Amino acid sequence: MDWSLILTNALTAMVGLDTVIFALAAIGLNVHFGYTGLLNFGQAAFLAVAGYGLAISVAEFELPTLVGVAVGLLGAVVLALLLGAPTLRLRADYLAIVTIAAAEIVRLLFRSVSLSEYTGGSDGLGRFAEGFYSINPLGPGEYGLGPLEFDERQTWVLSVGWTLIGLSCLLVFLLMRSPWGRVLKAIREDEDAVRSLGKNVFSYKLQSLVLGGVLGCLAGFMTAWGRAVVQPDNFSTDTTFYAYTIVILGGAARVFGPVVGAAIFWALLSLTDNILTQAKSAGYISDSILTTFQIGQVRIMLVGLGLMALMIFRPQGLFGDRRELALDAR
Amino acid sequence: MPAEPAVPTASLTPRKDAALRAFAGVEAVPGSSKPDPILVADGVTRRFGGLTAVDVGHVEIQRGSITALIGPNGAGKSTFFNLLTGFDTPDDGTWTFNGQSLAGVPSHKVARRGMVRTFQLTKALSRLTVMQNMLLGATGQRGENFWRAILPMTWRKQEQENTARAEELLARFKLDKKRDDFAGTMSGGQRKLLEMARALMVGPEMVMLDEPMAGVNPALTQSLLGHVKALREDGMTVLFVEHDMDMVRDISDWVLVMAQGRVIAEGPPDAIMADEAVIDAYLGGHHDAPLDEAQEQEQLAAAEAELREQEGDR
Repeated sequence: MDWSLILTNALTAMVGLDTVIFALAAIGLNVHFGYTGLLNFGQAAFLAVAGYGLAISVAEFELPTLVGVAVGLLGAVVLALLLGAPTLRLRADYLAIVTIAAAEIVRLLFRSVSLSEYTGGSDGLGRFAEGFYSINPLGPGEYGLGPLEFDERQTWVLSVGWTLIGLSCLLVFLLMRSPWGRVLKAIREDEDAVRSLGKNVFSYKLQSLVLGGVLGCLAGFMTAWGRAVVQPDNFSTDTTFYAYTIVILGGAARVFGPVVGAAIFWALLSLTDNILTQAKSAGYISDSILTTFQIGQVRIMLVGLGLMALMIFRPQGLFGDRRELALDAR
Repeated sequence: MPAEPAVPTASLTPRKDAALRAFAGVEAVPGSSKPDPILVADGVTRRFGGLTAVDVGHVEIQRGSITALIGPNGAGKSTFFNLLTGFDTPDDGTWTFNGQSLAGVPSHKVARRGMVRTFQLTKALSRLTVMQNMLLGATGQRGENFWRAILPMTWRKQEQENTARAEELLARFKLDKKRDDFAGTMSGGQRKLLEMARALMVGPEMVMLDEPMAGVNPALTQSLLGHVKALREDGMTVLFVEHDMDMVRDISDWVLVMAQGRVIAEGPPDAIMADEAVIDAYLGGHHDAPLDEAQEQEQLAAAEAELREQEGDR
């Protein structure tokens, strides 16, 4: 077994496109769920609206990339307002139901045959990312970071992605130590108490939904550029569930929780996949136990087991504070 | 029971004296008018299906006084509180605070106008520190605006001023040692204190306390009582819901009694305790339970006499 290859692959996964996409999605979700206590189960919809807003603007209407980005951002804001206005006055679990339904509606709309003229139906859209790659300042070649190597396109995507992650974390850090962030955290604890102190809870929840949605939509842009194609099934409910897993893995309501959570999540998937594949090809595992085709599923099971163990032995996540968790049992 | 309630002079402070003098000429009947009402409610009604939870004809709360709202379980006291503070919407009725109508005003705006409430089940914000709880109460914070929040220099000075004010209040409520602890680690009584201190951060004119003594360790009761009295001394008006009659007698200047959604009696505490309608509403089936020691002796003597009579019959 080639352990150096296994570790290199895991390190690559830690900084790779999936980590970037899910870190951004989870940073937004952390604003909703971790800081404000909003059970948004439709984070994938924000990614979809941004990805398709960009792709349709550029590929179908031949608008510049920057306009596509503006359309995507606007789409995320409108979606947040549409989702929030009718539901944020209701109890938290209603928001969960409405958001998960809304996310599926958005995905099925982009998938529908009647709109396929603009969306490409289930095949999705391509031919919109060149504007993004044309401003790449890097010349052709391999760019390395220690043992890691990426070509100029990957390096460009990852640089932009990690810059966005850095800026998003800075924004969340600044906001959450301000009085504005204090109101959000207080709403998570008890919104009636916050109301009784003269704060407009509805307005703050809507602001939180918009902020988290806009951060999530950055993940949509990175999906679109990184894969150079948008397909409706990139934005299924799995995306939201992965993002939730990452938020909880890293520790909710921690600035860097989602980033570390995403890196570890994808590193674990890479590790289990590579170890199983290599052990299989080296003949350590016989076909009666595991066939090559089952590795893909089994690695998810193993990561699931690992996450269960984490929840049992470290329920507050990697960055969380156990003292805080104990307070939940009021 | 004496007709004129005797006030122990030891506890007579200027504000208490002023409040008692204000009530001197007020008739002890439901809906009586007060010399300077801060809160006036008219025909406030709330129905849950067929049940009329609150049906208050006319009520005035005197400014600068401590008014108790008592009544048996299910009398509609908390519902009435919720209606007045915008946490629930009545089916009918009007009410004014400082002469301005509050009908249809959302709860957060009620608080901003100077009427701040606490809750029966204390709402300490568990995973915020005591200091963060306090700072949340401050009004007009520049840093609570999204765009300014990103720029600490726009709100840092105000935050320091608020922190200083919060520290003063925490010291007054003897919570200053808990400053950086999570609110969720505190005892029930300390949470009540924190909730009261936090309400004061809003700078209210009127404080509405929903069962401030419920679930409080007896050792803390006296200190809480002192704090409630201190609110009046600071010029605030207090309306509170309570079950503990000793506390009501001790601190209130005026008592409102609710039963089955209506205000059935009001008056000075001692007169209320002796009121037939109140005893009926409160004690119901246990009508002949002794109210004080003299009455208990009397009942005991009567029972013994009856027993002797029965023995004599044999």
